[in-house]
Amino acid sequence: MKFSFTEKVGHEFLGLAQALGGAALMIKSVAFWLFRARFEGGEIAKQAVKIGVDSFTVTALTSFFTGMVLALQMGQSTKNLFNEPLYVGTMVAFSMLKELGPVLTSIVVAGRAGAVVTAEIGTMQVTEQIDALYTLGTNPTRYLLVPRYIAFIITLPLLTVFADFIGVLGGCIVGVVKLGVPSSVYFDDIFTYLEMTDFMHGFLKTYVFAFMIATVSCYKGLNTRGGAEGVGKSTTEAVVLSMVLVMVLDYFISAFLVAVGI
Amino acid sequence: MIEIRDLVKNFPGRKVIDGISADIKEGELFSVIGPSGTGKSTFIKCLIRLLRPDSGQILVDGQDIAAAKNEFVLAKIRRNFGYLFQEGALFDSLTVLENVSFGLKYLTDTPKSDYPRIVREKLALVGLKDVEHLKPAELSVGMKKRVSLARSIAASPKYMLYDEPTTGLDPVTTGMVKDLITDMRAKLGITSIVVTHDLTLALEISSRVAMLTGGKFVEVGEPAKFRQSENKAVKEFMEISHLSRK
Repeated sequence: MKFSFTEKVGHEFLGLAQALGGAALMIKSVAFWLFRARFEGGEIAKQAVKIGVDSFTVTALTSFFTGMVLALQMGQSTKNLFNEPLYVGTMVAFSMLKELGPVLTSIVVAGRAGAVVTAEIGTMQVTEQIDALYTLGTNPTRYLLVPRYIAFIITLPLLTVFADFIGVLGGCIVGVVKLGVPSSVYFDDIFTYLEMTDFMHGFLKTYVFAFMIATVSCYKGLNTRGGAEGVGKSTTEAVVLSMVLVMVLDYFISAFLVAVGI
Repeated sequence: MIEIRDLVKNFPGRKVIDGISADIKEGELFSVIGPSGTGKSTFIKCLIRLLRPDSGQILVDGQDIAAAKNEFVLAKIRRNFGYLFQEGALFDSLTVLENVSFGLKYLTDTPKSDYPRIVREKLALVGLKDVEHLKPAELSVGMKKRVSLARSIAASPKYMLYDEPTTGLDPVTTGMVKDLITDMRAKLGITSIVVTHDLTLALEISSRVAMLTGGKFVEVGEPAKFRQSENKAVKEFMEISHLSRK
């Protein structure tokens, strides 16, 4: 069956509207159960380990080398211009705390933990485990989604703080070893020019990213159809969408935070 | 008692259930048969509102589950049901003990200290022991089905729904599951609804059998009467199933 261009556009538009509506209803359901569900501390801790602790190594490695390469590039650039590496600490810390720390950590978490969540919920969907929850008196939102949302919202900002610190540390190592900047100068630069609002700028973003990654991962998981192939498709879609949305949202949140003076 | 009145369920471009009415009495074992794709699973999922019917009533002890709007009302009606899924639908991340006690945790006020004892009892009822610590991935297909049955009956439901209980099982396990279904009815007095394409099973265990085709029950009756049916769809299905009309 052949469809005209307008029919295809219409179909895509309807699909998008349906997905947005579905996601909005899911968020409403999460908000409903968040305050009514029995507190499942064990389940939240289990998810926090899966989402946060298990992502720590990859996040640490990513931010460590990002901090190193930032120091190297900026140090070399200022060295070429002014014959000595200037403000390496400030520039590494600014970049890590305001942008790279939150964005890279969110991308790593979307790729690792987001994929796990989508695959897990998607598999439960195609093997009727979600239906089984209903028959056993449990709403899937309450049992599956609420603990995952809480875990994402707790662990992603924490991971970002670690990533910021490790990135700055990586920059320091390159600054000292490769560029010959004393560590006291490196950290002095940071504490002189950086303010708490610079840290908050990046930190606040992570709450939005965490909420978005949780929503995309859970929504894609719950809407998985078509067996193992469907699980693979949903997982890929969730990861790609989360990563793209991290980048898109990053601009708009940054613009908003700059406008309100953070 | 479950009273079904003019039940209708459509999927985009396809009419699946087209005005089914039936009464399922207390203690009855009612089987719905038909070839694959005739809407048997849709029918049974509507009974417990895993799918929302487009119209019609499903009165469970007088309460209409099809019309229930509130999540809590729905959960309260669902408490009366146990459901055996086609593939078992055990929770992969939980042990057998956690799977079987799941309903106890969320459907009843049973103290947590009683879970192991109750789980052992239910597992014994389905012929299993010393499997509480295993995960579903460590169980055979037949064992999964039995654990799933133990999970379904753990909270002592009044009604049991079986979705293709013997699909994918070898003849020995099929016989075992068949005995379990009849035992559940005999020992626990559970009213049972079985949807299956296994006509032999349906005729052996049921008090009444209904043939679902074209979205309707084209024949409903006791097994002996059902065998004698002159309905074309029933006759064809009997032939396909290599069953004699005697």
